[in-house]
Amino acid sequence: MNREQRNLAYNKYVSAKIPKTKAWPSLFNSFWVGGLICCIGQGINDLILLFFPSISEQSAWAYTLVVLIFLASFLTGLGVYDKIGKFAGGGSIVPITGFSNSISSPAVEFKNEGIIYGMCVKMFTIAGPVIVAGIVSSVIVGFIYWIFLI
Amino acid sequence: MMFLDYLWVFLVGGTICMIGEILIIATNITSARILVLFELTGVFLEAIGVFSFVSDFAKAGINVPIVGFGASLARGVIGAVKTNGLLGIFSGGLMATAAGISAAVFFAYIFGLIFKAKTK
Amino acid sequence: MMKNNETIYLKNRPKIIGSYSIVGPKEGKGNFGEYFDYVMKDDCFNEETYEKAERKMIETAIVGAIDKSRINPKDINMLIAGDLLNQIISSSYAARVFDFPYLGVYGACSTMAESMAVGAVMVDGQYFKNVVCCTASHFSTAERQYRFPLELGNQRPPAAQWTVTGAGSCVLSLSGEGPEISMVTFGKVIDYDIKDVNNMGAAMAPAAMDTMLNHFKNTKTSPDDYDLIVTGDLGKLGSEILIDLMEDKGIKLGINYGDCGQMYFTRSQNMMCGGSGCGCSATVFNSFIMKKLNEKKYKKVLFMPTGALLSTTATQQGDSIPGVCHAIVIESVKS
Repeated sequence: MNREQRNLAYNKYVSAKIPKTKAWPSLFNSFWVGGLICCIGQGINDLILLFFPSISEQSAWAYTLVVLIFLASFLTGLGVYDKIGKFAGGGSIVPITGFSNSISSPAVEFKNEGIIYGMCVKMFTIAGPVIVAGIVSSVIVGFIYWIFLI
Repeated sequence: MMFLDYLWVFLVGGTICMIGEILIIATNITSARILVLFELTGVFLEAIGVFSFVSDFAKAGINVPIVGFGASLARGVIGAVKTNGLLGIFSGGLMATAAGISAAVFFAYIFGLIFKAKTK
Repeated sequence: MMKNNETIYLKNRPKIIGSYSIVGPKEGKGNFGEYFDYVMKDDCFNEETYEKAERKMIETAIVGAIDKSRINPKDINMLIAGDLLNQIISSSYAARVFDFPYLGVYGACSTMAESMAVGAVMVDGQYFKNVVCCTASHFSTAERQYRFPLELGNQRPPAAQWTVTGAGSCVLSLSGEGPEISMVTFGKVIDYDIKDVNNMGAAMAPAAMDTMLNHFKNTKTSPDDYDLIVTGDLGKLGSEILIDLMEDKGIKLGINYGDCGQMYFTRSQNMMCGGSGCGCSATVFNSFIMKKLNEKKYKKVLFMPTGALLSTTATQQGDSIPGVCHAIVIESVKS
């Protein structure tokens, strides 16, 4: 048996042996935590529109996201968000709060290496791709739309 | 009707998050990849015009997940192209999401200064 | 005396005359809690950063081991130490407070065996009289280097292991009382093309198998000749794989086989596949195993920590994870 076959056989054996995440409980948890975070967002949005009926729907959403981002950032600093994340998995990663957590957690973590090269540089280790992908894709969409307009 | 609204928010939001969890379990991908994937989905959905259709009844259920962030990128760039033409391609996306990104960076900076990472 | 390729018989049989272990609070609540010399109240150890805490743990462990061996610190000729951080800073920075020559070694989680093996060979050759060996790892420093920030809310996959916060140290000498190191088998780097960084047990198990096979073949021994065969941090999954691999090669590992990582935490602590990191095997060896050897409950122990020699750069470039494993035989009775 040559080296490649041996490695292939071993990888096959390991992937059969590896313990699987208990899928149902974690799916259920991610479902209700994710749903709850969205409901909290809707609640904040409704409250903003209730107290400031003059602002547009678009800016009410912006305010809502800012509040959610603030809450997630604060919980990250307190060391609570990762516990929610351990419990809910996708339920706390996919909402905008997960984006906030992925910026805040390296900021808190790498403060010891200094403000500039520690905190500010490492802040985007996880969230950087999100911003890059967002900008690139929006430019592509904009370009396609511009061609259609002409 | 309020209750029905929130039920839709809960169901749609929960389902989107659950899809994320299914991806994590099935493929072991990391959170950065999940975020990028859902964001691009949002951009795509908005670009083909499906997003606003779902957003009408799901409201926060699709706007709070990062899908909504992607959608506002696309919405912003399309609006800017309409008004500004070529320059809008480059300014529109970030302008629409500036509040979210700035808030995330600002709060991360403030709380990064205040708090210290804890051992688990 | 060198008989075979990998195995060395130490004819002067260096003795382990002192050992010391220090662990974090979570580890103190684990299965070996009562055996550790010192359990820290918090992971920070009154320091500003976790890196500094790890450094202080190494210093404490070295001082503790020298203290327990009852020799004058002036008689120490060499310090061999290693840890998991980049450029092994914890060990090197800790070494600057001591007045000994220093050798930094890196064998990932197998560092304890590597430092002890190198030290034992040096002492056996009578070039150095007393050698201190030390290794440490810290959960919070390893986590940020190898994986994600501590506060990031993501789930750990079920095959993941928990890096042990702890440091272990021992003093090797030709004079004095203590268990003796009789044989050393140095391991080769083995790579079976495992790419999953969350599954280090599977990446290291082939290395453990290779070293174990060579050791048994060279020394003409079998698992029954040892009171305890203990691997470093294969974890639950890895040790099961090792048992299967050895069975394929016709050697049955019985109840005298154990794995430090697998045994480290209690079930209720919910640590997935168990402990890992070089502190894992170092603290178990320098507390529990040394105590049993000193009491002569164990007469012959095969200690073989395993190491996964990965770095984030290599894995991000799509490389697989090579493993290494060194074996040391410690005997408590003169034969």
